[in-house]
Amino acid sequence: MGRYLLRRLLQLVPVFIGTTFLIYWLVWAVPGDPFAGKCGERRCPDQYIAFMTEKYHLDQNVFVQYGNYMKNLLQGDFGQTFSQRDIGDIIATAYPNTLKLALVALAIEAVIGLGAGVLTGLRRNGFLDNLVLVSTLFLIALPVFVVGFVLQWLLGVQWGLVKPTVSSEMRWSELIVPGFVLGSASVAYIARVARTSIAENRRADYVRTAIAKGLPMRRVVGVHLLRNSLIPVVTLLGTDLGALMGGAIVTEGIFGINGIGRAVYRAIVTKESATVVGIVVVLVLVYLVMNLLVDLLYAALDPRIRYE
Amino acid sequence: MSDILVSEQSAPGPGGSGRPSGRLLEVDDLRVEFRTRDGVAKVINGVTYHVDAGETLAVLGESGSGKSVTAQTIMGILDTPPGFVTGGQVRFHGKDMLRMSDEERRRIRGEGIAMIFQDALSALNPVFTVGFQIAEQFRVRRGMGRAEAKKRAIDMLDQVKIPNAKGRFNNYPHQFSGGMRQRAMIAMSLALDPEVLIADEPTTALDVTVQAQIMDLLAELQRERQMGMILITHDLGVVADVADRIAVMYAGRIVEEADVYELYAKPAHPYTLGLIDSIPRLDEKGQQLRTIKGLPPNLMNIPPGCPFNPRCPMAQPVCREKVPPLLQVGPARASACHFAEELVNRV
Repeated sequence: MGRYLLRRLLQLVPVFIGTTFLIYWLVWAVPGDPFAGKCGERRCPDQYIAFMTEKYHLDQNVFVQYGNYMKNLLQGDFGQTFSQRDIGDIIATAYPNTLKLALVALAIEAVIGLGAGVLTGLRRNGFLDNLVLVSTLFLIALPVFVVGFVLQWLLGVQWGLVKPTVSSEMRWSELIVPGFVLGSASVAYIARVARTSIAENRRADYVRTAIAKGLPMRRVVGVHLLRNSLIPVVTLLGTDLGALMGGAIVTEGIFGINGIGRAVYRAIVTKESATVVGIVVVLVLVYLVMNLLVDLLYAALDPRIRYE
Repeated sequence: MSDILVSEQSAPGPGGSGRPSGRLLEVDDLRVEFRTRDGVAKVINGVTYHVDAGETLAVLGESGSGKSVTAQTIMGILDTPPGFVTGGQVRFHGKDMLRMSDEERRRIRGEGIAMIFQDALSALNPVFTVGFQIAEQFRVRRGMGRAEAKKRAIDMLDQVKIPNAKGRFNNYPHQFSGGMRQRAMIAMSLALDPEVLIADEPTTALDVTVQAQIMDLLAELQRERQMGMILITHDLGVVADVADRIAVMYAGRIVEEADVYELYAKPAHPYTLGLIDSIPRLDEKGQQLRTIKGLPPNLMNIPPGCPFNPRCPMAQPVCREKVPPLLQVGPARASACHFAEELVNRV
């Protein structure tokens, strides 16, 4: 187990370098003058351009630039924006907000998705099953911004049940509606995967054995059936955290949440390449760590999976 | 411990007035059909058998004869849909289980009637340790604490002769060999000291040498505990060793029931005769093996008259018209053949 973990961690290194380089290269390769519009109406003074070019190694090739960037990054230095703000600060303020939102979305996915999946998987073709199938199809088909604006308008404006936007304090209760919007498509996928998985395992021999042992139905489903059906669901949930954080741009925009979605959007518009790279690099890390966690969780769920 | 169990269980419920036959477990004219998209398959067509404490009834038949479905119906683990019970009774201590509440039936499972399955690898839950799955019985059904349940589970593993029971408690099913897995399965089903054990082809998935060990173990445990045992099998060799009585099934019916010696010596049904004749024999080495020609009937379209008539070497016109009822053909034996008397009396 220890050796497996070490090997998996070592595998992360080339993946991390490869992905970050690609991002770095793509972002810096975006055509256009990074200094356009930086100095108001006028063209930036040559002195400023020379200073910035020197500071950001803009005259070097992309490999050297990337090498320098990584060197600083490993010391915890994300660099600065063109307006001399620490990118590390931007990341430190934006990430917790997005993480909070993504965790709420993930919790909603797990509770609603798994709950609906278990209920419908046990009783297929009933009323509830059809209701869930239709409503999940609906959620999958609707783009996030439609779900977001409709819920904001209905619940926030029309019925006044919640505040239409999230305050800067980011209270958990305020995040329920945005969390649902962010996770809406995933809720639908989780529900469907859980439904299939439960329905498949429902007929398994070991479930029949558990019933023949005279265990209460609650225990047959909650212990014997659920544990075996969770593996595909856990995969989906685990890898979804990264996708949720990266995909929060629209949701954060609608509900006015100050997270990485907004930060990255602003950075792209103002051509703050270093900020974009910094935010995305952290996102890559989230993806990699979550993937590793999912793989480790497999072993906890299914002892037949061995790490040798 | 067994005294407590007996006193708990031997008191028949208030509804247990059925027929005071004193039988432990009785299946009475049971009928089950499978409703599928292609039509209705009549899988069980009036099966009647019983088992008493301390005796072993072997239910013999080809695949599709309904022997397993009968057992599943007794246990209440019939997949519904497609399976539906359309008639008959399953009486345990005289009380019809098919009319009990779900909760009453659940309590009988494991404690009154337990079952072991053919393939222990798929019948045991792959993600829990063998020890957990046995101890679970003591914890959930007897309310024991973790430590005591573990002690009892290890004791059960010992009783089924699993070496180093203590060390194997924390193993998963896939870490056991086939024979050991089946032993663990037996330990699990016997944990609550059931009065009846249904063994559904318990040795089919095992090596021949291991088969004999498992059968010996089952026979020994059955004797010690004075359980009633229903042994479902298609293997005549397995039956001869351990069974007291044999019920032969064909197309969802019992076609012959007899004491094990009488059945082998003088089968009273042409199907049984065909089964016995198709066992390979050393004194006929080199000759072609005798078989029963034809195939079992399509259960969606069972032929009129005796269901065996298209394959029967003795078939007469009456066999295509009248279903032969299961009738007594001597002390404690019955046959569902129009010509049972002739068969028994031939020399």
